Amino acid sequence: MHNDNLVEIEDVEFGYGDRPVLKGVNLTARRGQVIAIMGSSGCGKTTLLRLIGGQLKPGQGRVRVAGQSVGELGQAGLYRLRRKMGMLFQFGALFTDISVFDNVAFQLREHTDLPEDAIRDLVLMKLHAVGLRGAAQLMPAELSGGMARRVALARAIALDPMLVMYDEPFAGLDPISLGVTGNLIRRLTDTLGLTSLVVTHDVQESLKIVDYIYFVSEGVIVAEGTAAEIRASDLPYVHQFVHGEADGPVPFHYPAPPYADDLRLGKQRV
Amino acid sequence: MPTTCDWENSVFKRSIENLGNRTLQAVWRIGFAARFFVAVLLHSGTAFRRFGLTIREMYFTGVLSLIIILVSGLFVGMVLGLQGYETLQTYGAEDALGILVALSLVRELGPVVAALLFASRAGSAITAEIGLMKATEQLSAMEMMAVDPIARVVAPRFWAGVISMPLLAALFSAMGIFGGYLVGVQLIGVDEGAFWSQMKSAVDFEQDILNGVIKSVVFGVAITTIALFEGYDAPPTAEGVSGATTRTVVTSSLAVLALDFILTAFMFRGLN
Repeated sequence: MHNDNLVEIEDVEFGYGDRPVLKGVNLTARRGQVIAIMGSSGCGKTTLLRLIGGQLKPGQGRVRVAGQSVGELGQAGLYRLRRKMGMLFQFGALFTDISVFDNVAFQLREHTDLPEDAIRDLVLMKLHAVGLRGAAQLMPAELSGGMARRVALARAIALDPMLVMYDEPFAGLDPISLGVTGNLIRRLTDTLGLTSLVVTHDVQESLKIVDYIYFVSEGVIVAEGTAAEIRASDLPYVHQFVHGEADGPVPFHYPAPPYADDLRLGKQRV
Repeated sequence: MPTTCDWENSVFKRSIENLGNRTLQAVWRIGFAARFFVAVLLHSGTAFRRFGLTIREMYFTGVLSLIIILVSGLFVGMVLGLQGYETLQTYGAEDALGILVALSLVRELGPVVAALLFASRAGSAITAEIGLMKATEQLSAMEMMAVDPIARVVAPRFWAGVISMPLLAALFSAMGIFGGYLVGVQLIGVDEGAFWSQMKSAVDFEQDILNGVIKSVVFGVAITTIALFEGYDAPPTAEGVSGATTRTVVTSSLAVLALDFILTAFMFRGLN
């Protein structure tokens, strides 16, 4: 394994029941970089994150994080590794029965013996980093979608992880929150020296902040490159995705019998 | 004779397949429930080491169920007082009203009715809460933070339910006896001395009170296990959670009644 690579995915195959989702994916994430995994909905992007986090085990191939093969770890080893990972779920997944402060303090209280004074300072520092120190005493139900996402980000970085995974961090955000979230991902990656894996289908926002992009389609990586390379790509799938065209390699119509047959044109109606 | 094609498409074949699938699913689910129960027991350390977590859940399952338990207990006791007096006075045995009210409550009605109320009040709430935590990925988030949801979320709720249930049943019986006293002694005029002294001499600690406590502990285990399992196994959708909540109330109510019969059969002394 290359020392610079924090995450290495080698020939990974995975399926839900009989339905194959990933059919031989290879991907690496270098330390200190923001990596985007893009592709249309249901192409297996979130499954990839779950494989890296050890919530799923690959059918074939190997997923390595910091040199450890995730699929082969027992629960204790997996939990030790997860303490060095943070994950931002699509809608934040904040614990709704406790305050913003307690959400961010959750891991610190579970995994450290720090006194409450130190926890308070750490939590306020993390919340300050995402601009929500003033919202510490609010309950998750009182937050907007963008604020909830930022609190979840503060919670994800509470233990200073080496890897943060983001599942659709831009979904359903207004343009201001979109920019704020994108900048936060970039800034936190640089200042904390962590590695970020962003699963998204928001092309324009992610092209601004990422170092390297992987395109997933039908279970394989169909294209990869830097933002400039992806913008200039003439691969039909990448072109359709980046420019948001309705029809192309990804068809507009769900597979169906011929239109004329469905409308029974040319046949005598009873 | 049917051709292969007829057999492939026949309604008969599909219904057999359907029956087989349902049976497999049911067996798989029972197995999963058993493994879930064992996992909860094995991961109960946190619930006792950090007893504050269990106390917090006892507030939600036990203390917040108090109103419905106490009011229902009072009314059940009052009805027992009225109905009991009606029957006993036919035989001139109205002084035995205290015995009738106390034994009915301590042996049967206390544990059973309190358990049925507990299943609908606290059981449904537990299922909905766990189901929604799963649907909103809170349990996944906890796993990703290297915190085991079975130890941190499920086990404290389990023990809170198991501890709360006998306490609620005892309070139900106490309120019921008070209700029987109000109607029998204060309203109808049964002799107060006879009411209490006959009750005191007839109710046996081991055979009546302890058996009632055993019943309520068993009901507590059954209801909280069903409620937690249904929530944990609920499909992460609105219909999934609502279906799981309904199943909790139906399954745990039936389980309470069935277990009551089995336990009563073991505790029965009438043939000796």
